[in-house]
Amino acid sequence: MSADKKPVVAENLSKSFGQVTALQNISFETERGEMFGVIGPDGAGKTTLFRILTTLLVQSSGDAFVDGYDVKGDFRKIREIIGYMPGKFSLYGDLSVEENLNFFASIFKVDPKENYHLIKDIFHQLEPFRNRKAAALSGGMKQKLALSCALIHKPSVLFLDEPTTGVDPVSRREFWQMLDRLKSMGITIIVSTAYMDEALLCDRIALMKNGILLGVDSPAGMVASYKERLLAIKGGDMHSILKALHDIDIVKSAYSFGHEHHAAISPDFTGDAVEKIMLELTSRGFNDALVKNINPSVEDCYMELSAN
Amino acid sequence: MFKYLVEKEFKQIIRNKFLPKLIIGYPIVMMILMPHAANLDIKNIRVSVVDGANSSLSRELYRKVEASDYFSSVYVVQSYEEALQSVERSKSDIILEIPASFENDIVNTGKASVYIASNSVDGLRGSVAASYLATVVSEYSRQVTQVSQALPVVEIISRSRFNPSMDYKVFMVPALIAMLITIIGGFLPALNIVSEKEAGTIEQMNVTPVGKFQFIAAKLIPYWIIGFIILTITLILSKLLYGIVPVGSLLVFYLLSSLFLLVVSGFGLLISNYSSTMQQAMFVMFFFLLIMILMSGLFTPIASMPLWAKAISAINPMSYFIEIMRMVFLKGGNLYYLAKPVIILCGFAVLFNTWAVVSYHKTT
Repeated sequence: MSADKKPVVAENLSKSFGQVTALQNISFETERGEMFGVIGPDGAGKTTLFRILTTLLVQSSGDAFVDGYDVKGDFRKIREIIGYMPGKFSLYGDLSVEENLNFFASIFKVDPKENYHLIKDIFHQLEPFRNRKAAALSGGMKQKLALSCALIHKPSVLFLDEPTTGVDPVSRREFWQMLDRLKSMGITIIVSTAYMDEALLCDRIALMKNGILLGVDSPAGMVASYKERLLAIKGGDMHSILKALHDIDIVKSAYSFGHEHHAAISPDFTGDAVEKIMLELTSRGFNDALVKNINPSVEDCYMELSAN
Repeated sequence: MFKYLVEKEFKQIIRNKFLPKLIIGYPIVMMILMPHAANLDIKNIRVSVVDGANSSLSRELYRKVEASDYFSSVYVVQSYEEALQSVERSKSDIILEIPASFENDIVNTGKASVYIASNSVDGLRGSVAASYLATVVSEYSRQVTQVSQALPVVEIISRSRFNPSMDYKVFMVPALIAMLITIIGGFLPALNIVSEKEAGTIEQMNVTPVGKFQFIAAKLIPYWIIGFIILTITLILSKLLYGIVPVGSLLVFYLLSSLFLLVVSGFGLLISNYSSTMQQAMFVMFFFLLIMILMSGLFTPIASMPLWAKAISAINPMSYFIEIMRMVFLKGGNLYYLAKPVIILCGFAVLFNTWAVVSYHKTT
């Protein structure tokens, strides 16, 4: 757990399953004590990346290090210092809440009381159910228990694979608050998510698509490096408007974004984009279209990076 | 750490609603029912007699049949067709046709033939019934000829060694023990491991410092302990219910049982390595369990199998263990006499467990 070692280093990491390439030349580094988000849709390769970093899977090529230990050669060492919470609930459903916690503490050879301060806030909410079987807990409670069990040995790096998938919005917010507190205790957190809004809660994010790393930056840095001008368009017949936007030559890319469309303007066009788009749309018969300049979000950055 | 792993396994087994009942109930039910049900003694044979002669000698013949323990009832019918119909309607198992010239032939020439036709839908029962009936007929013929001509004949007295009463139960109990060990010691821990795969908990264990050997050993140990409890239950039951106790030493019994336990648990692990779902593992296990049982000499003697079947039973660990158990129970064989099957079982134990360990590394 040397301080000079980066918590996670990936160098040209690739993994293929037969013909399918799940990861392609992934390289990144994380800083100690940061919350690092791996953002991407389903199938982007997030889980494969996590499984390699947590020594559950061996990469096809490239290297990866956790706290300076090689995931291939020093996997035993890594298993002692990381905490991993897989996307799927994987605790023993037939053991009680307390038994699960004590069990995981004992296999890491730690006294559950010793690191109780780490999980106090989380486990506190589980106290009323301490004798209940884990299988009988609600989804949110299961997740808190899983986090407690992943933390009980005071890991140096905590890996959370899609912890908030399928969790209600209130619990999601609560969960991220818990992560913030863990971060303040000095634990490096690597978290994956498909929700773009959660990207903003990370210190730095890595955007992934189809096994390729699109870019790594802080959310603010990512937004700042967005090159195009971005417009939001709203109107009556949204479906036809999107089709029309694709036909306009100054529009570099257009995609639906919530209840409006976003259109990135080609850098070659230097005039008033809002006016130009309005004109183009009106000439195509969309009289009710509303067009305005907007600031890009992380999702817009993702769309831009994945289009290139 | 290891202590907690084993403790966890025990907790999980005991908490399971079904498993503890199964583990205790299964051997008891097997021991109570199977030796009676899987009984190869052919009894209650029903005979249809077509008495063409209708003479005192022919009547004497089928009364003799009636008097035998193996035959439950004798129906006298008028024609062979009628007898055949009764076989078709499953009213009788075998036909004895006595020709019209029966008495004449015997009186005049000292020789007569009868015709025996048996229903061989169940081949074993059919042939055994026919041979029983032939025995009765030949005994009868000896009587008749002795009376009339007093010729010296060779009489065969057979004695069954080691199982003097030819009690099939004595034969079944050791084989049942082999089956129980296979299921409890081999298949239950394997299913347990596959269930952890299915639930994803094995992933969570794999990111902990718990090693593979520790993980697997912690899975096996509870079932080994359960296996020994079951062995003891079956021993007690076989003494109480059938008065059968191993003629050989109990030490040899337990020692060789634990060797077989090692073989089957290695085999189970092997299956668990190659299965990703419970359904898959169950199916593979049933496949092998059936082959192992049918090819083990449990129900049918290996000696009478065709060559290819003998070859399969030669690579069937269960056949060696059944051989050992029968020796221990009936002959009282010590380790010296059992050397060959014991060495082969040791080989299987090494093979399966090494293969299981190697393939476990490969798949993860």
